[in-house]
Amino acid sequence: MNELKSTMAGTVFTVDVNAGDEVTAGQTVVVLESMKMEIPVEAEKGGKVKEVRVNIGDFINEGDTILTFE
Amino acid sequence: MTVQTNETERLEKSLEQIFAGGHPKYHEKLKEQGKLFVRDRLELLFDDGEYTEDARFANVEAGDLPADGVVTATGKVGGKTVCVMANDSTVKAGSWGARTVEKIIRIQETAEQLKVPLLYLVDSAGARITDQLDMFPNRRGAGRIFHNQVRLSGVIPQVCLLFGPSAAGGAYIPAFCDIVIMVDGNASMYLGSPRMAAEVIGEKVSLEEMGGARMHCTVSGCGDWLAADEQEAIEAAKAYLDFFPSNFAEKPEIKSPVPVSEGRSLGEIIPKNQNAPFDMYEAIGRLIDEGSFFEIKKLFAPELITGLARIEGRPVGIIANQPKVKGGVLFVDSADKGAKFISLCDAFSIPLLFLADVPGFMIGTKVERAGIIRHGAKLISAMSSATVPKISVIVRKAYGAGLYAMAGPAFEPDACIALPSAQIAVMGPEAAVNAVYSNKIQAIEDPKERVQFIQEKREEYREQIDIYKLASEMIIDDIVSPDNLRSELAARFAIYSTKEVAHPLRKHPVNPV
Repeated sequence: MNELKSTMAGTVFTVDVNAGDEVTAGQTVVVLESMKMEIPVEAEKGGKVKEVRVNIGDFINEGDTILTFE
Repeated sequence: MTVQTNETERLEKSLEQIFAGGHPKYHEKLKEQGKLFVRDRLELLFDDGEYTEDARFANVEAGDLPADGVVTATGKVGGKTVCVMANDSTVKAGSWGARTVEKIIRIQETAEQLKVPLLYLVDSAGARITDQLDMFPNRRGAGRIFHNQVRLSGVIPQVCLLFGPSAAGGAYIPAFCDIVIMVDGNASMYLGSPRMAAEVIGEKVSLEEMGGARMHCTVSGCGDWLAADEQEAIEAAKAYLDFFPSNFAEKPEIKSPVPVSEGRSLGEIIPKNQNAPFDMYEAIGRLIDEGSFFEIKKLFAPELITGLARIEGRPVGIIANQPKVKGGVLFVDSADKGAKFISLCDAFSIPLLFLADVPGFMIGTKVERAGIIRHGAKLISAMSSATVPKISVIVRKAYGAGLYAMAGPAFEPDACIALPSAQIAVMGPEAAVNAVYSNKIQAIEDPKERVQFIQEKREEYREQIDIYKLASEMIIDDIVSPDNLRSELAARFAIYSTKEVAHPLRKHPVNPV
């Protein structure tokens, strides 16, 4: 799968990568705020980010795409 | 030639055939797949590679079905007697005929009578359809294997090592075991094979996606431990069994204490900010004997950590929220994971340690539709009915039903102790102030004034739920410095070791599912 999906519902708190960035597996790419907690979302695999689909403040549901890889 | 030499020759020839297993071409196939022959597996498993075998000559008259495709054996593992059934996939793909099934049933009966653990080394294509009338529907047919597994559950430890397929009905052997260790790339479980799925429902899917080891250990939760190869799987089974008594009536063995691993202190690991993530594994590392952690379902629902460990040599089952994953919030899968683990430990007298850092159960449509309430009920029910010594440690916070799930004061833990940083409440200060003062907050027009109001109310709320207040009200039993937590736990578990609880008079509870 060439995209990273959210494992949890929440509001986007920070976006830590941009399109074109190289990320490594385990790197935090966005932080969600959910259940009053900061929830880091980590890349499951490494690769070059093609598109970041979320912005700070967005509500995203479990299973929504956060970003795509090239 | 004398009669005796004739007889000896016949015996030797028979044994040679039986020990050789199936046709050499199937042995070649095993090698290609990185699999071991069943007898090599047994040699690795048993102390000194020695075991006693029953019904070795099963179906010897058929000529090409050595041991009828299953070895049933008794021997020692880690110095303790265990019974084993092990499929031989070189014989008709490890499929089950009438004698195969009878052998499995008999080793179950042996394990029951000896009151010793039973290991299932599974590598089987399922039923021999040509033999179905002899092995499928009858009283001592395959169904009896599962019936026996259910009857033996909680009486003796039952361990499944999955080396190859466990197909169709056979997939219930792992399902009824206490733990399923799967070999990555080779092990699989499924009711219908990909070929069957294509024919019956039109789905095109690979075996790995359908029922591969990694899928089951990460997604379905049917697998508990993912091994890189067979040797690792066998070592894992030994390490697991080391924590358990031979049966429910015995107590687990206490070993010599081992110091904790070196690293940052617990006080340094836990952040001051209630909302910031930290790694619970690091905290566990400061509490347990170094190298003693045997994690169960590591890859599944990682927001809840479940594992066996030793504290000053004494076995404990740890249930810990992981703030680093999904904020440590409890979900449908984490609730199931916790419930099974608690039930496992309670069945075999392994005391429970809850490390609570939990914002609560997840909310939202997604989880409500998935039945988070009934799944949560399983966890709370399992924890509530566990009668082994239970200690609940509030590491940083326990909000809402999270407090209940993590053995809060109402659930008769032997002790509920808090670190000085702990907060216990229906909800955290932010959510609570919003809930209680929502109208008032909206009514304040000046943004500065509004922020100030919220801050004040949060402070007020914090004072109300101050951990010293809860200690003063005797809601919690103690406040312990992080540096003293390990020794406190060791002392308490030693004290509680003689705990006995009378069970309510009834047949059994109606378990939430």
